[in-house]
Amino acid sequence: MKEFMMIFRMAPMPNFQPAPEQMQESIKQWQDWIGGIAAQGKFGSTNQLGFTGKTLKADGAVTDGPYAEVKEIVGGYIIVKANDIDDALALAKGCPILYMGGHVEVRDIMQINP
Amino acid sequence: MLSRNDELIPHLFRTEFRKIVSVLANVFGLQHIEVAEDITSDTFLLAAETWGKKGIPENPTAWLCTVAKNKTKDYLKRNQIFQQKVTTALQRTTEQLTEMEIDLTPENIMDSQLQMMFALCHPSIPVESQIGLSLRILCGFGIDEIADAFLSNKETINKRLFRAKEKLREENVSMDFPTEVELEKRLYAVVTTLYLLFNEGYYSASQNTSLRKDLCLEALRLTYLLTAHKTTNQPFVNALIALMCFHSSRFEARINAEGELILYEEQDRSLWNKELIEKGEEYLNRSATGERITKFHLEAAIAYWHTQTENHHEKWSNILQLYNQLLQLEYSPAAALNRTYALAKANGYANAINEALKLKLENNHLYFSLLGELYKEVNPTKAAEYFSIAIKKAKTEKDKLLLQRKMNECK
Repeated sequence: MKEFMMIFRMAPMPNFQPAPEQMQESIKQWQDWIGGIAAQGKFGSTNQLGFTGKTLKADGAVTDGPYAEVKEIVGGYIIVKANDIDDALALAKGCPILYMGGHVEVRDIMQINP
Repeated sequence: MLSRNDELIPHLFRTEFRKIVSVLANVFGLQHIEVAEDITSDTFLLAAETWGKKGIPENPTAWLCTVAKNKTKDYLKRNQIFQQKVTTALQRTTEQLTEMEIDLTPENIMDSQLQMMFALCHPSIPVESQIGLSLRILCGFGIDEIADAFLSNKETINKRLFRAKEKLREENVSMDFPTEVELEKRLYAVVTTLYLLFNEGYYSASQNTSLRKDLCLEALRLTYLLTAHKTTNQPFVNALIALMCFHSSRFEARINAEGELILYEEQDRSLWNKELIEKGEEYLNRSATGERITKFHLEAAIAYWHTQTENHHEKWSNILQLYNQLLQLEYSPAAALNRTYALAKANGYANAINEALKLKLENNHLYFSLLGELYKEVNPTKAAEYFSIAIKKAKTEKDKLLLQRKMNECK
């Protein structure tokens, strides 16, 4: 099986302050989805990204936050094992980001052998 | 008197064998573990004879230690070749060795047992050999008992243990305590072996119920030993004790008088051992320190929720989340199946059926049994079909009977 990365993207919501129960519920939804992938033995690793960030430009300029010039931000990623891109895409079904107005980008991971 | 002996000697054998054999092996070096075993066995043989005639001494442990000490000295005097080997290895003169006091203080007994655990669970030998050796040396089990537990025969077990000891010699494994750098890894290996030893007793297909209980109890005792030492009293060791306590609490409820397994949902909950559940909770709390969440933590927490009878939804919702985490840490077919069952209980059967069909564990009879279970309410005909596939795939008569009963309930 090959490795694929799913990148979760959505429009930034800097003012969104979820209630603790909403947070809990959201964590459960994510964990149930990831757990379903792991139950198939196809889980690699995952990380959720936070809300602080800085962007470095080629001229050395640094801007605050990932929001400045983009319409959407990366909220996190998961690495999964799948036979091919379609297999990986099937795993993306049910991803909670899809119910939050976002989308999942599925990419193959290149093996670089130095 | 004899009947008291019959009970006392096997009990002492379980707890004292490892002490004496470990202390002696520490003196001779692990290379000569058989000599330590022989002397220890001889000591117990003499105990059985003497106590049968004269009654049990006031302090049986001290008696056993003294006899073992004398037997060791006799052995060294008699056996010149062995003496030379050991004296060379230990760089001691023959005189020093025969005069040597064998340290039987509680501290040395405790340290030697721990050192022996690390030596026998050395990663250079296969896990099933580690379990076999642990049963023999650390739990004082007879070869026939080990054979019974593994559903094997004496010859196979003897060969396996012999080969394992050879390997330990080849690899030059010593009784030395692991270095600080190695400790966590080696301790994890020891704990994994104890976990498997417990499972061997808990899930074994052996019909011998009391032997299976003994296996679990011994695994618990050995894990408990690890908590006595500061360096080995790690959070995940405590988590394993919690797990063992929670599982053991259902011992009386999960097996009937005929030795048949009673499923969790059908158990008489008044038979669950409250004392063990409380002990488990105590150790689960102790395990909740440090940075690292291990599979022992997660499995202990799952087992904790299984001891709860109230609040159905909260219980299964928590179990599901714990299985989600466990599978991310380490995939196993059993965890995948159990996770899907928890999913049905927490989020509904339709959802779980959908997820179950993705598991693709067609070689596992429990997979079809799970599908049967999930379809039971929504589509009994389909459920019966799945149970019938499970029956064909099941390996033991006991499993087949249980599944047959489930299938009959679908009509």
